[in-house]
Amino acid sequence: MDAAPTTEPAASGPPVPGPSGAEPVVRLVDAVAVLGRFPALAGATLTVERGEIVLLRGPNGAGKTTLLRVCAGLVPITRGEGWVTGCDLRSERDAVRRRVGLLGHANGLYGDLTVRENVRFWGATVGASGTEVDASLERLGLAGRLAEVPVQRLSAGQKRRTALACLVARRAQLWLLDEPHAGLDAAGRDDLDDTLRTAVSMGATVLVASHELERAGSLATRVVDVVAGQVVAADGPEAQR
Amino acid sequence: MSPWRTAALVAAKDLRVEGRSRVVVNQVLPFAGLVMVLFAFVLDSDAVLTRVAPGLIWLATVFGLLVMVQRAFAVETADGALDALRVAGVDPVGIFLGKSIALAAQLAVLEVLLAGLAFVLYGVESSGAGIVLLVTTLIPATAGLAFVGTLYGGLAAGVKGRETLLPLLLFPVVAPVLIGATRATEAALDASGVATADGWPWVALLVVFAALFGVGGTLAFGSLIEE
Repeated sequence: MDAAPTTEPAASGPPVPGPSGAEPVVRLVDAVAVLGRFPALAGATLTVERGEIVLLRGPNGAGKTTLLRVCAGLVPITRGEGWVTGCDLRSERDAVRRRVGLLGHANGLYGDLTVRENVRFWGATVGASGTEVDASLERLGLAGRLAEVPVQRLSAGQKRRTALACLVARRAQLWLLDEPHAGLDAAGRDDLDDTLRTAVSMGATVLVASHELERAGSLATRVVDVVAGQVVAADGPEAQR
Repeated sequence: MSPWRTAALVAAKDLRVEGRSRVVVNQVLPFAGLVMVLFAFVLDSDAVLTRVAPGLIWLATVFGLLVMVQRAFAVETADGALDALRVAGVDPVGIFLGKSIALAAQLAVLEVLLAGLAFVLYGVESSGAGIVLLVTTLIPATAGLAFVGTLYGGLAAGVKGRETLLPLLLFPVVAPVLIGATRATEAALDASGVATADGWPWVALLVVFAALFGVGGTLAFGSLIEE
């Protein structure tokens, strides 16, 4: 696993360009998020550069899912600062939602519709053209006869690949995946890993929460430990703070 | 993307799902038709059937609505699609309008079938002015039922036991439509000796109801699915 070359982030303020000259895709500074009265995220600091696959590692209840949901603009931060794809998590959550894709245990697909119809529908939510939809299917190996198969007839791995194709068609810049290997057989898991590598080669950035450390770890370019709602160790910029 | 474009997208998707699954065609329409036939057997009197036909049409419509709403949101929750729409920042106003439009289209087919059955099975009759009133009644009644169905379907979508909860929520709220549409249809079908002209105030009530729930739904639906 290679540690991504990164620089020390500023203590606060808007995102600053990383070594590639581009601003980070995710930048959280002492972010606090409360679920009910429970601080599920208790001052998390994290920077993710474009093109990284970052594995969030930690025990159940550590705050990994909350961290993903904060980055998706679903859970507001009550203290601290955060930007995702250049948008402020406090004031531009709707814009954040349109730029990221969150995939949990469900795939968000319509079983009666074909693979192509599902990808076309999700692509159309951001105005994607038919050409873009075809390209999404092609890139994820779903073109041809498979594209015309109703989703309910697909294997779990193929459904997951279709869901990821929907993220491509939606032009999601940041993919937030919560236990993406769960429920997949060995072939489905290999399939998913290949899909994620393809996605990154196309310019996506991936944040994965997983308990499958060996598999997800071999895929990740960087591993981040989340404990009690905080990012406590990371082989990236947070480790240098 | 504008709410109306989103609405067109969601409505087309819902109608395509129905085109594939044929739940409305194969299950809801036969179910509602069966209800009409059973009413005919149970009441077993031409005079009574002619008098109560308007109420039976709308009662069967509301039963059909219930199944349609359950289906419309089962499609969304089966694999987390409603959540995915929310997460993707898709305009909730567009989702509400789109699902309402798809529901209204399916309801319209059901209502035409039920009205036709009433003419055939119950021997009801209508004048030209009555047909105009009947068609005019169908429009706001369908819109009102579709808006309420979508609103409460969205509310119940994430709740355990939604299959039993939905009728409890829905039936009291659609009572004004049931009453208004029945009275207007009585006038349209010349049942109970009601003059055709007496039906128009009920149509106005249906328009008000549809407008209230259309506006209320567009304002509230986002918060409902967010919860």
